[in-house]
Amino acid sequence: MTVPLLTAGGLTKRYGGINACAHISFTLDEGEVLAIVGESGSGKSTLLNILAGRMTPDAGDVRYRMRDGVVRNLADLGEAERRLLMRTDWGFVHQDASHGLRMNVSAGGNIGERLMAIGDRNYGDIRLSAADWLTRVEIDTDRMDHKPTTYSGGMRQRLQIARNLVTSPRLVFMDEPTGGLDVSVQARLLDLIRGLVADMGLAVVLVTHDLAVARLLSHRILVMKQGHVIETGLTDRVLDDPQAPYTQLLVSSVLAA
Amino acid sequence: MTLLNEPVLSVKGLTKGFTLHLHGGVQLPVVENAAFDLFAGECVVLGGPSGAGKSSILKMIYGNYLTGAGEIRMRHDGAMIDLASANTRTILAVRRRTMGYVSQFLRVIPRVATLDIVTEPALAAGLSSEEGRARAASILTLLNLPERLWSLPPSTFSGGEQQRVNIARGFAGNHSLLILDEPTASLDAVNRNAVLTLIEQRKAQGAAFLGIFHDQEMRERVADRIVDVSAFAPCVREAA
Repeated sequence: MTVPLLTAGGLTKRYGGINACAHISFTLDEGEVLAIVGESGSGKSTLLNILAGRMTPDAGDVRYRMRDGVVRNLADLGEAERRLLMRTDWGFVHQDASHGLRMNVSAGGNIGERLMAIGDRNYGDIRLSAADWLTRVEIDTDRMDHKPTTYSGGMRQRLQIARNLVTSPRLVFMDEPTGGLDVSVQARLLDLIRGLVADMGLAVVLVTHDLAVARLLSHRILVMKQGHVIETGLTDRVLDDPQAPYTQLLVSSVLAA
Repeated sequence: MTLLNEPVLSVKGLTKGFTLHLHGGVQLPVVENAAFDLFAGECVVLGGPSGAGKSSILKMIYGNYLTGAGEIRMRHDGAMIDLASANTRTILAVRRRTMGYVSQFLRVIPRVATLDIVTEPALAAGLSSEEGRARAASILTLLNLPERLWSLPPSTFSGGEQQRVNIARGFAGNHSLLILDEPTASLDAVNRNAVLTLIEQRKAQGAAFLGIFHDQEMRERVADRIVDVSAFAPCVREAA
């Protein structure tokens, strides 16, 4: 057995006596897409933020197999190591693209910044990479020098994805990446994410309340309610044959399109 | 050579019931103690009336239904493994390399071209991009899907055309076991025959098939054996 890419052990977080996450443990392999689903307030975003090192758990730990093969506890990383990890081997796609982009920097600059952060200095190369990535996320390279403030919602989201993937990360966290977009824009974005994830062999932890998104993108699913994992398993097994009363409610509440 | 006498799939004591938590926890038994074997190069069709649990058996084997009790032993990467107790990663690996599923309906992936949809399982099975596309093209040709449609996403195709894309996708991998859940339901006679040809070709190469066909003529032409699942259906037996 290969060592998992990421291992969550007993993650617990409380806010004022309420469990946002209670003893959550799982592993994630390279190239595996895990969806965390549940209603608002179920703790799924808290869990994502803990996994991504953006929040400290009250108990438990997150271990990650670094590019050199050494498994490290996130809590033991120094600030510089943690920042390097976040901008090279990891990505984080926010629901609101303005949280993941520099809105007053050009699109090309948004992509180039991740490359400069890992030491790239050749302006021409950086610009070429940026243009290549804009093309891969279906943004016209004519728009490279425009700021994301002039972009539509769908374009901003695609730019945010390009910014995250330019350093060839192995793990990307996504927080409702298609939330708040028009349905037609959502379909295009989902297809783009699906293609990129497969081509690059990315591991993804995806938070969504949309079961159709989970079905399209993920291999495994984790159903959360009030900070607890209610049910977990193969995505189509959980959605086609839900066992827990809460999962049955969740699945049966979806309007079939 | 003893391997040839061993089944590729052996089901024993397979049992399934649903607990409907939203309806007062009603228990709905659907399959009880199902048992049968499937050998390389043969096509076994599950028979029995509607509601006898045929689809539930297929879904337990493919893993999108949880098995209540019993075992589903399958030959995968040269060894027999129990899918009923396998973890999700094993099931995903089995689906990539060993077991395919052709359902009644194409679950459309928005914006992806037909040829790419069909090529995908071939790539997952390890074929090169050219080999995969060549295989996809030959299957689509055999199924009479006009080449001008190949570059289009199938969302606007007719029901029969979508179903042929679905079948082509199901046959594009290197699976040694294919599950067929009414794959020919919306096809005309010409295309039903094309599917039969595909099945015969793959059987000759040693692939095994387990299917449901409601159309009796089709069932008789395709089946080497029919397993009547009424014997495993708790509801049907009570009614009898």
